[in-house]
Amino acid sequence: MKYVDEYRDPQLIRNVVREIERQIDPDRHYRIMEVCGGHTHAIYRHGLKDLLPDNIELIHGPGCPVCVLPMGRVDDGLSIVEHPGTILTAFGDMMRVPGTRGTPLEFKARGSDVRMVYSPLDALRIAQNEPDRHVCFFAIGFETTAPSTALTLLRAKELGITNFSVFCNHVTIVPAMRAILDSPDMRLDAFIGPGHVSTVTGCRPYEFVSRDYGKPIVISGFEPLDMLESIARILVQLREGRAEVENQYRRIVPWDGNIPALRAMAQTFELRPYFEWRGLGFISQSALKLSDAFAAWDAERIFDVPGVRVTDPKAAQCGEILKGVLKPPQCKLFGKECNPEHPIGALMVSSEGACAAYYRYARIDEPAAATA
Amino acid sequence: MHASTSQPPQPRNVDTLDRAAAPASRLRFTDAQIEMAHGAGGKASRRLVESLIAPAFANPVLAQLSDAAVFSLGGTRVATTADGYVVKPLRFPGGSIGELAVNGTVNDLAVSGARAHALMATLIVEAGLPSDVLRAEIETMANAAARAGVPIVGGDTKVVEHGMADGLYVTTFGIGIVDQRASLGPDRIVSGDRVLLTGPIGDHGITILLARGDLDFETDLHSDTRPLWPFVDALLEACGSGLRWMRDPTRGGVATALNELVRGSHHAIAISEERVPLRDEVRGACELLGLDPLHIANEGQMLALVADNVADAALAALRALPGGEQAACIGEVRDAPAGMVIATTAYGGTRVVDMLVGDPLPRIC
Amino acid sequence: MAIPGQIVECNADDPLFAKVDVAGVRRTINVGLIADPGIRPGDWVLIHVGFAMSRIEEDQAREQLELLRMLGEEMPAMEEVRGYAFSDSPEAPT
Repeated sequence: MKYVDEYRDPQLIRNVVREIERQIDPDRHYRIMEVCGGHTHAIYRHGLKDLLPDNIELIHGPGCPVCVLPMGRVDDGLSIVEHPGTILTAFGDMMRVPGTRGTPLEFKARGSDVRMVYSPLDALRIAQNEPDRHVCFFAIGFETTAPSTALTLLRAKELGITNFSVFCNHVTIVPAMRAILDSPDMRLDAFIGPGHVSTVTGCRPYEFVSRDYGKPIVISGFEPLDMLESIARILVQLREGRAEVENQYRRIVPWDGNIPALRAMAQTFELRPYFEWRGLGFISQSALKLSDAFAAWDAERIFDVPGVRVTDPKAAQCGEILKGVLKPPQCKLFGKECNPEHPIGALMVSSEGACAAYYRYARIDEPAAATA
Repeated sequence: MHASTSQPPQPRNVDTLDRAAAPASRLRFTDAQIEMAHGAGGKASRRLVESLIAPAFANPVLAQLSDAAVFSLGGTRVATTADGYVVKPLRFPGGSIGELAVNGTVNDLAVSGARAHALMATLIVEAGLPSDVLRAEIETMANAAARAGVPIVGGDTKVVEHGMADGLYVTTFGIGIVDQRASLGPDRIVSGDRVLLTGPIGDHGITILLARGDLDFETDLHSDTRPLWPFVDALLEACGSGLRWMRDPTRGGVATALNELVRGSHHAIAISEERVPLRDEVRGACELLGLDPLHIANEGQMLALVADNVADAALAALRALPGGEQAACIGEVRDAPAGMVIATTAYGGTRVVDMLVGDPLPRIC
Repeated sequence: MAIPGQIVECNADDPLFAKVDVAGVRRTINVGLIADPGIRPGDWVLIHVGFAMSRIEEDQAREQLELLRMLGEEMPAMEEVRGYAFSDSPEAPT
């Protein structure tokens, strides 16, 4: 596959691993956070830890949209499909995310009309094809996904489709990164920046990371070679005492982002004053809702969703893991009460969550891994 | 029918009626209700079978929880299997529910070392199903049975009210005599054995996922459903007792089949990712949807563990058969990490290959 | 999840849509976000939830791979590589 296989080339990977070994200070411990859930998945999926020196510790960040969605929002979304005549549509990612009364998949099994879609445009098409039903799209995701919801809303308005709505849970990555950087127990040295989010936002929004907090950040692609190169670039910055925003993913990410996408978002969304993140708590100006101009398509206004709040069990230490204070297996519930089949904490929900990724892919003893 | 000899070979892994009963499962089934995941072939299915169903029927044959029950009947080693088929849509590129119902049961016998001798089929039909749809499935089943060389000798038909079933469900039962060359079982595996795969994986699962239509993808893929006995026959001939274990990796895919093999054992399986045969389209669909091809269902592929010294001969035998051209050695049995399946990449990364949890759901955003 | 795909067919009726191919899997996606300055069959794009999010820059990709290939070469070439990209910020914000 073009633009995939080149970035898994063993020879080039060896070259970059050697560069990492050249740049690293063996007496220093490095704590690097990959912000994006896609990166977390890639690290485990490709076994990248086996290629890195032991003194590089990768901390898994908050960039998994499913993981940071509070359980109360799942309950709110599922309450919509209990209105007669409604169809709830969602990405496959959402289908196994538990609310207090079950997952979307379980609602479907009990007879609710819950359908998986690949694109918000598919949800809109269902609304066009079934004019007697109301179709709600359960929108989740960061800035990568928000423009697709925005364009779908613009199209709904343009075509005058009124039996369609969006239950908006889009969140923005920068406030979450700031919350982590402001946390008193923050001990990070650098960031692997979110690649796909940055196709939309561009690289400028991360300048505060280097300017205000003195941390290097390298916007990175998702293939093994991309991530290793980003780590090498971080090590060079740290060695030289620099803290800058670098764009490793130049083939995809324009420095200024995607202007039409940002424009579509500005036309359809406005910032919520605050939003609850699972594991991180309330973060101000960190999420989007539909603007007044799109009130007629806003599921929260149409259905008067109850606004459920569910607190995670105290024993779940998701926040500490998100901030890099604890590793997944150090949580008291990890692998016991909390596992991918029955997730209790946020990070066990999606395979992009730190705990689920760790559970699925990383339970090999170190010596055993070495013989593999 | 093969004539049975008066003294059939009695490897210790089969003919187990006099074996001590396996210890009762320590697990208790605590899930409050049955969810779709319990039928998806992954961890939840396993838990349902092991902690709710099997303990109630406890006996030494059942305790093996293999694809087919192998036991001695009048001095002959017999394999039996039953399987229910629920698939949406009923017809899909490359196959249909009727074809799956015949091939699936034939294959469950085949991987137990038995050639199917007779099948029985039960049809559960939803009122309102067009007769032409049913007629087409019956014809398909007849053709598939003829292709596999096995008669359908009986069965049952039930009709349920409209809305109570998804068009048509099929259950098939099969019986066969275990081939005398076969001496199979998970307990015969030793470190150094090779893991063979008959061909590219994931065709069936991805075909079905896309045939449901809600993802709106187009491909030229079709299901790989086919009878596997020719492969089994060739391996028995090429390997003799060097053939240790076989499994058709259906629901849950290669990952789940291999995990079930080593789980709780003293062995590990290491597979080499780039050696797993995979069509471009399956890979493309998996990359698009965030799925692991190792978790995707197959209906016409087989995993075989063979002794190292017969691996080359086994591979040559598979590749000589039509449809076996892409057969590959994908890995080996090791001692560590015990009980786990791991995958290594061409560039030196290692990961755990876990069983499937629930149905494979696309990761989209 | 976002993945590279190649435009195989533009939609004459609605220029906002085009068909892409990912290793033999095809789908119609919305290309409105990269419509300026226009897309053509053969272009590579990054696909996410039914939308083309970004155009893939062949030159940038080639340059990156070339750089990483040179990293494996002997010292003089490597020093050149370091000077070229790893020590200087490769794309200073303007």
